[in-house]
Amino acid sequence: MVAARVESEAAVMIEAQHLTKQLGGRTVVSDVTFRCEPGTITGFLGPNGAGKTTTLRMLAGLAEPDGGEARVLGGRYRDLPNPGRRVGILLDAAAQHDGRRGREALALSARTMGVPAARVDALLERVGLDAAAARRRVGQYSLGMRQRLGLAHALLGEPEVLILDEPANGLDPEGMRWMRGLLRGFADRGGTVLLSSHLLAEVEAVADRMIIIGGGRIQAQGSRDELLATTGTLVEAADVAGLDAALRRAGLAVHPGDGGPRLVDAEPEVVARAAFDGGVVLQRLAPAEGAGLERLFFELTAESTHPEPAGV
Amino acid sequence: MSTIATRTAPLVAPVPADTTGVHARPGLGRLVGVELRKIVDTRAGFWMQVATVVLTAIVVAVRLLTGDAAQHTFAEVLSVGLKPAAVLLPVAGILLVTSEWSQRTAMITFALVPQRSRVVAAKLAAALLLALAVLAVSIASVAAGVLAAAPGADGTWSGAGTLIAQSVVYIGGGMLTGVAFGMVVLASAPALVALFALPIAVSGIVSLSFFGDVAPWVDTRLSLAPLLEEVLSGRQWAQVGTSLALWMVLPLLIGAWRIARRAIVV
Repeated sequence: MVAARVESEAAVMIEAQHLTKQLGGRTVVSDVTFRCEPGTITGFLGPNGAGKTTTLRMLAGLAEPDGGEARVLGGRYRDLPNPGRRVGILLDAAAQHDGRRGREALALSARTMGVPAARVDALLERVGLDAAAARRRVGQYSLGMRQRLGLAHALLGEPEVLILDEPANGLDPEGMRWMRGLLRGFADRGGTVLLSSHLLAEVEAVADRMIIIGGGRIQAQGSRDELLATTGTLVEAADVAGLDAALRRAGLAVHPGDGGPRLVDAEPEVVARAAFDGGVVLQRLAPAEGAGLERLFFELTAESTHPEPAGV
Repeated sequence: MSTIATRTAPLVAPVPADTTGVHARPGLGRLVGVELRKIVDTRAGFWMQVATVVLTAIVVAVRLLTGDAAQHTFAEVLSVGLKPAAVLLPVAGILLVTSEWSQRTAMITFALVPQRSRVVAAKLAAALLLALAVLAVSIASVAAGVLAAAPGADGTWSGAGTLIAQSVVYIGGGMLTGVAFGMVVLASAPALVALFALPIAVSGIVSLSFFGDVAPWVDTRLSLAPLLEEVLSGRQWAQVGTSLALWMVLPLLIGAWRIARRAIVV
């Protein structure tokens, strides 16, 4: 586990303390602890079913934790008198009434939280939904359009905090770049963003901090640079068996894999010497930047897709 | 890791105690307005209200164009003319609740208003206001029809005032029963089936001689029908009370408890 760097001086906008939740006798979130600070984008990364959505629901007061505490802006979300003006939430872009027009969906929420109707039009424009799209019923929207509507909805109350569940789902590459820019700007103005994703690349591209969750537990968390700067060396050879034997002889720890590059817990020079001593010709030798993170994430994903792997 | 150490230090969270201005809790009146708007701002919701008004006009017209003139009294036409509203309003009431789950907007609604009882109260008030508005339109069409068909006959308007007052209980009770069923079931189709099939099943059972004359006390189809036909006696009012307690108040309590307690997972 990668240690988190905790800045006790900074304000805490979102905080999960030992959050635990059982659903149907299964523990879906277990002892999840993290915090998000102003001016940062935190990526909440994990395979589907890892407990991301359940955690976000507890933060938003939609589900009650069985253990631990979820705090937003220093208190319980439920105790915020008009939460829409402080916390923007997008838990599922598909969750809009199909028979309602896009603009009306925003106007209803604007009315609820006391936001002038003019802001609805401004936001529709900002997220790239033109007047024709705003008049259409949400049932006719593509997932990408729903995400844009959902982002507009989250930004409606001019919040300080954004909690977004899989906001990039259904966006095309151009849409993703646009969203990254939007979130970056929000954080640079002092806002706090917590967004979840099941895609490593997506989070890597935008997050300052990352929390990796698998099987309901936090597997790693820290700043993006900390998590990406894992030590080790990636090494690859045509003669895989010879390479493995050489590394073993040198007493180096090798993370198993079937074919392809090996991740070795040693500096490149040490690995190169071991290969040289073993008479193995290398095809690739490189410091393993982020490879550890990728491997961890890959293992989590593999576990979640194959809950019962074949015996050893 | 220094996580443990920082736990003991007070959290420095910039949370103003400001609960005024834009951070003030939305008032109940505003929430009722939003819920009313939700009833008619979807395609299905809008056309259902239009259908209620049009069907009422058709039913009133047919009633006045058929049968003999002696039956064209306000009371006779009213008991027919309120049927479309009596059937369709509870459906709108169910959908006002269940669409939040079937269309998954409950996540938005309860994220904006985390005090769930306030949302429930706003929905009940909105349902009642809509029922009163539709009732007013229906009564107006009945009155206009009767005026046009048989304005002068003796006894045409007898009991009109009382019947209108009683129709508020009839329509309002039906509407809230619909909302209550929606709250208990939280799914459109099963709630609709329950609303229309359960009373029939229960009235079939209680009509068995074994139950003696308990039927009018528990069967809303027996207890509420007289509201549109005659001036109720004290005993009849008591029957309205017990049957509505069973079909309206009890499901409302169960439904409110359910919404307050369960996680909003849709």
